[in-house]
Amino acid sequence: MTYPAGYRYTKSHEWIKVVGNKAKVGLTNYAQDKLGDITFVELPDLGKKLKRGEVFGVVESVKAVSDCYCPASGKVSAVNNQLEVEPDFINRSPHDDGWIMELELDSLAELDTLMDVDTYTKFAAAEEDKG
Amino acid sequence: MNDQLKRTPLFDVHRKYGGRIIDYAGWALPVQFTGIIEEHRAVRATAGLFDVSDMGEVEITGPGALALVQQAVTADVGRARSGRVVYSPMCNHRGGVVDDILIYVLGAERYLAVVNAANIEKDFNWLQELARGHSGVRVENRSDAVAQLAIQGPLAGPILYGLTRASLKELGYYRALENVEVAGTSCFLVSRTGYTGEDGFELYCRPEDAAALWEELMAAGQEEGLVPAGLGCRDTLRLEAGMPLYGQELDDERTPLEAGLDRFVAWDKGAFVGREALQRQQAGGRRLALVGLEMVDRGVPRTGYPVLAGGEQVGYVTSGSYAPSLDRHIGMAYVPPTWARAGNELGVSIRQRAAMAKTVKLPFYRRNKEE
Repeated sequence: MTYPAGYRYTKSHEWIKVVGNKAKVGLTNYAQDKLGDITFVELPDLGKKLKRGEVFGVVESVKAVSDCYCPASGKVSAVNNQLEVEPDFINRSPHDDGWIMELELDSLAELDTLMDVDTYTKFAAAEEDKG
Repeated sequence: MNDQLKRTPLFDVHRKYGGRIIDYAGWALPVQFTGIIEEHRAVRATAGLFDVSDMGEVEITGPGALALVQQAVTADVGRARSGRVVYSPMCNHRGGVVDDILIYVLGAERYLAVVNAANIEKDFNWLQELARGHSGVRVENRSDAVAQLAIQGPLAGPILYGLTRASLKELGYYRALENVEVAGTSCFLVSRTGYTGEDGFELYCRPEDAAALWEELMAAGQEEGLVPAGLGCRDTLRLEAGMPLYGQELDDERTPLEAGLDRFVAWDKGAFVGREALQRQQAGGRRLALVGLEMVDRGVPRTGYPVLAGGEQVGYVTSGSYAPSLDRHIGMAYVPPTWARAGNELGVSIRQRAAMAKTVKLPFYRRNKEE
């Protein structure tokens, strides 16, 4: 499985992609594959202030309910409303059209502790092996 | 994957077909192959092939067999002729459901109980205990000697008919044939039964023949669009069809009356275990009734979520999911009978928020019967 370079990744399989002082957040290809067909997404409220590690949304597949954890602190500046109609965007395009929310970041420094693509690729492969 | 899990004879076949293996009641079984929704739609439109070898088989034989079966289950098996399959709850003395099972009537003194995987030991022990009160009856757990495949969907029949000389086309719903050769494999039982709300067949064979039978069926069904199907779509299919799942809608506490299985309780057949308790419930009123829920607000009802009326919890969700054939979120729930009438608005507490649902008549989905 491949993941885009330039993104940062969490151990709970979220990605964050920074553009200026804003950042888009979503679930990784590994996460969507493990969940299976996604049928419901609960988005955060616009303007909500989130701390790193806080639950910002819920993604449900046919079989599973999964919390999404915020990769970095900030304020919700946009949400992907399209996911309410087509939640399977996350399955089809996890790193792109399937983004979940956009944050105005409190600080870029928090991102340094997240994994880069090489580290995450190894991490996800090891998780896969554990089954 | 946990090596402690029991494997069906099709374990390697599932891996070959890309099955995602999970722990289901202690069994290593595929939850999906290509995707739950895709497999679900295939079963509704064409056909799907399921491994249900985890199910248990308990043979009840001898001159006392019918008396034991009649005591153990709530439905009337006494009137069923050889070759019939009878669905029935099996109750404890409190009227709670020990299991819901199929009884194959194979002769006057020969019955096969097909039971849920998670309940094999419990059912076998229970039947043995009841058998002590009878003479001339033998109860044997044959589960390890039996593999079972289910081919389900509108094209299940057409795929199967060309593989056998047996007249499966004429086989009625809930009827079984013994010793049927299918694509060179001898199945000791083939029945027109299933757990999907579609037409379909269940095939019982020796474990060592299961992989060959699977491959023959997959090859024969290729053109018709037969797909390998996992536990995930089995659950969404049965939920749409309003069929209870033991451990969710049914357990040792809930009764067949609460579960809406009244038509499988034969009051006129004489004594059976649980009868007095069920009669008391019938006379005194049921505290709970199983209803269908269809979400009005956004949200997915899930097992165990509270059901609310006027802000108070009145019941609980037993099963819930996205329903691919309806493109809605649906569920089943136990609520007081006063709330069970179709068209009521109830809340489902989803992550501390009340989402509105309306009660609907079960089943959610009914296939078009052309014949």
